[in-house]
Amino acid sequence: METLERIIAEHPFFAGLDDDFTRLMVGCASNVRFKAGTYILKEGDLAEAFYLIRAGRVALEVRAPQRPIIISTLEVGDILGWSWLLSPFQWKFHARAVDEVRAIALDGKCLRTKCEENHDLGYEILKRFARIMEQRLDMTRFQLLDVYGARH
Amino acid sequence: MTATTMNDPMLPQPFLVCEVSKETPDTFTLRLDPQESNGVTGFQPGQFSMLWVYGVGELPISISGDPTLRDRLVYTVRSVGQATHSLVNQAVGSNVGVRGPFGVGWPVEVARGRDIIVVAGGIGLAPLRPVIYQVLQNRKDYGRLVILYGARSPRDLLYRKELAKWARSPETQVLVTVDYGGLSWRGHVGVVTTLFKYSRLHAARSVAMVCGPEIMMRFVIRELEVQGLSGDDIYLSMERNMKCAVGFCGHCQYGPHFICKDGPVFPYEQIRPLLEKHEL
Amino acid sequence: MLVRRGYEVIGPKLRDGAVVYGQLDSAGDLPAGWTDEQEAGQYRLKRREDQALFGYAVGPQSWKKYTHPAEVRLWAAERQNSTFRILNNEKKLEHPRAFLGVRACELAAIAVQDRVLLEDKYGDPIYGRNRSGAFIIAVQCTHAAATCFCASMGTGPKVSGGFDLVLTELLDAKGHRFLVAAGSDRGAEILKELTVVPATEEDRQTAAAAVEAAAKQQVRSINANGIKELLYDNFEHPRWDNVASRCLTCANCTMVCPTCFCTAVEDVTDISGDHAERWRRWDSCFTQNFSYIHGGSIRTSAKARYRQWMTHKLASWIDQFGTSGCVGCGRCITWCPAGIDITEEVRAIQEGGGNGNP
Repeated sequence: METLERIIAEHPFFAGLDDDFTRLMVGCASNVRFKAGTYILKEGDLAEAFYLIRAGRVALEVRAPQRPIIISTLEVGDILGWSWLLSPFQWKFHARAVDEVRAIALDGKCLRTKCEENHDLGYEILKRFARIMEQRLDMTRFQLLDVYGARH
Repeated sequence: MTATTMNDPMLPQPFLVCEVSKETPDTFTLRLDPQESNGVTGFQPGQFSMLWVYGVGELPISISGDPTLRDRLVYTVRSVGQATHSLVNQAVGSNVGVRGPFGVGWPVEVARGRDIIVVAGGIGLAPLRPVIYQVLQNRKDYGRLVILYGARSPRDLLYRKELAKWARSPETQVLVTVDYGGLSWRGHVGVVTTLFKYSRLHAARSVAMVCGPEIMMRFVIRELEVQGLSGDDIYLSMERNMKCAVGFCGHCQYGPHFICKDGPVFPYEQIRPLLEKHEL
Repeated sequence: MLVRRGYEVIGPKLRDGAVVYGQLDSAGDLPAGWTDEQEAGQYRLKRREDQALFGYAVGPQSWKKYTHPAEVRLWAAERQNSTFRILNNEKKLEHPRAFLGVRACELAAIAVQDRVLLEDKYGDPIYGRNRSGAFIIAVQCTHAAATCFCASMGTGPKVSGGFDLVLTELLDAKGHRFLVAAGSDRGAEILKELTVVPATEEDRQTAAAAVEAAAKQQVRSINANGIKELLYDNFEHPRWDNVASRCLTCANCTMVCPTCFCTAVEDVTDISGDHAERWRRWDSCFTQNFSYIHGGSIRTSAKARYRQWMTHKLASWIDQFGTSGCVGCGRCITWCPAGIDITEEVRAIQEGGGNGNP
């Protein structure tokens, strides 16, 4: 637990959170490991957790008729998953461990309840996730532009 | 009349097509050797030549070879239209006219002693490859080398073997990503700007050289500034309609700059106000 | 006499209702007794009451017709098996040329093109050949058209340099005569062979007054103070939309402008394919494809193209070559079918807030 606390306290995503909140986070956290090729989460499933990736690469995939399409990869330091935060609390994509992945899983349901009870905590969490969504949106828009396509 | 350090810049010199190799389904690398003793093969990284296909037309193509190899000129060409198609289909043994080299190249001298960040998108890696050669062959003259490269999909990646080789050089980090991954691709998927968070760079010590589609360069520059680089340490290679390459035809003007003789490489600070203008 | 010396004399003549430049065999070929009336989109020739030889302003052509010709073959090439050989047969001019009747604005324009085509990073050998041999006989203007604004651009009507000989035409009670002065050794040499008498002080003053009168006659002007910053800072000024609604992008202005230098190159082959040539011809930034790169043109709207031309001419040119690209000859105003007046467009941006506000 002590190691978890230090990891969470030092992770840039949680920077600026006061000690009480950090302890709350740690209360909802656990170490997890995924073998290469396995699915960390699947489209349509209930979203109950989010992950702080500590090692390995994760591929976000969309199921297409012939084969899955990788839309993005996440690595060490990245946060995986925000659908636990907003209803209907369902994953929109698959996330597959490309290599062996070690991560810290944070219990989303537990955290959600705590955020409803403590709006200050809720605001801090939402601010941080909004930043992630903004970055992913920028990245996705850039990707959509298909700048290397023939007609540019 | 101002003297130039080459033959008449208006006349193509015949060069022999020695080798044509396929990089990707639509991109080829040509090696051209001079036919005549006065064929010029010296160039600065970032410069370009005007390549003339007899009876078809002339194209500006960046030189993408090793600047220390003086017996040849190497170009990586993407086939996007009639003229480029004709160029990449030149048979070994045929001749292509070469004018040049032209333009202001990458700041390889100014950047001595500093860390180098090379950010390339798509075919943009071709004009930057001479910089990578220059740095790796003069390793102790430069600090860390970080190469960030993005392409559309795995099969559009250029110089894959060389990228792997460069990654094994000392003090060198090579990160490659694609916009669209395939099932067998185990690397990064995402736009080239996502590579910054995985790279180890020291902004204050770095000089960045960026080449790729204009939209990509704008996104990359924004990210470089977020990383802490100043506009004076960011260089980019601009492209406009090029016909004469010697500043007379007027086509390549970008604001007050002639891309052919004031560029194609510019310090970002110099063209910052122009990049945001629509239809310039 | 110049013809006797082997020069091909080029000067003003009448053709198709305008004063154009062509080969002259004698002074009789000059448009004696004619003057012009010019306005935005208008050009008329009118008879004078006297027989002045140079009593008109400038016509649609400029000396770039000869120094920077509209169509030039750059080189020819022959296919030889798998290679080719360039045949660079430079065509030397058969006779050296004399330009008769070069006005102050035109001397300024020639100087501007010298800077662009000879004195920058590379030199254009074709321009160099055409230009360096030319014997220039300047003529001081004593009549200004309504579209002239050289006085405000500091380029005329008084001639200041760059000529071999300069003439000022005087036509009054004392007779039809010309003040002539040499501006170079070559000019002085020719002068020695002419029947001349030293000019009287009175004639000098009459001549100076006539040129001064031409300056005062000008009704148009551009206030060029700070014009570079003004145009750079007003990229999105609504006036550009306004002028775009009138501009036909016909490119007349670039063709008649004595400083516009843009060209295009064209590679052609004959049917057998054994013979290829590269030709250079005038081009204009007003054409749709001028700014084409793969994927499309950058400046597609008329607004972007007019803005490019005017900003280049009055602003970017200064950063590129150290002077304005405009010499105030007024041709672009006269020959625009829509009557667009560059002096008016500048004024609209200067007075319309100048910082992008309408």
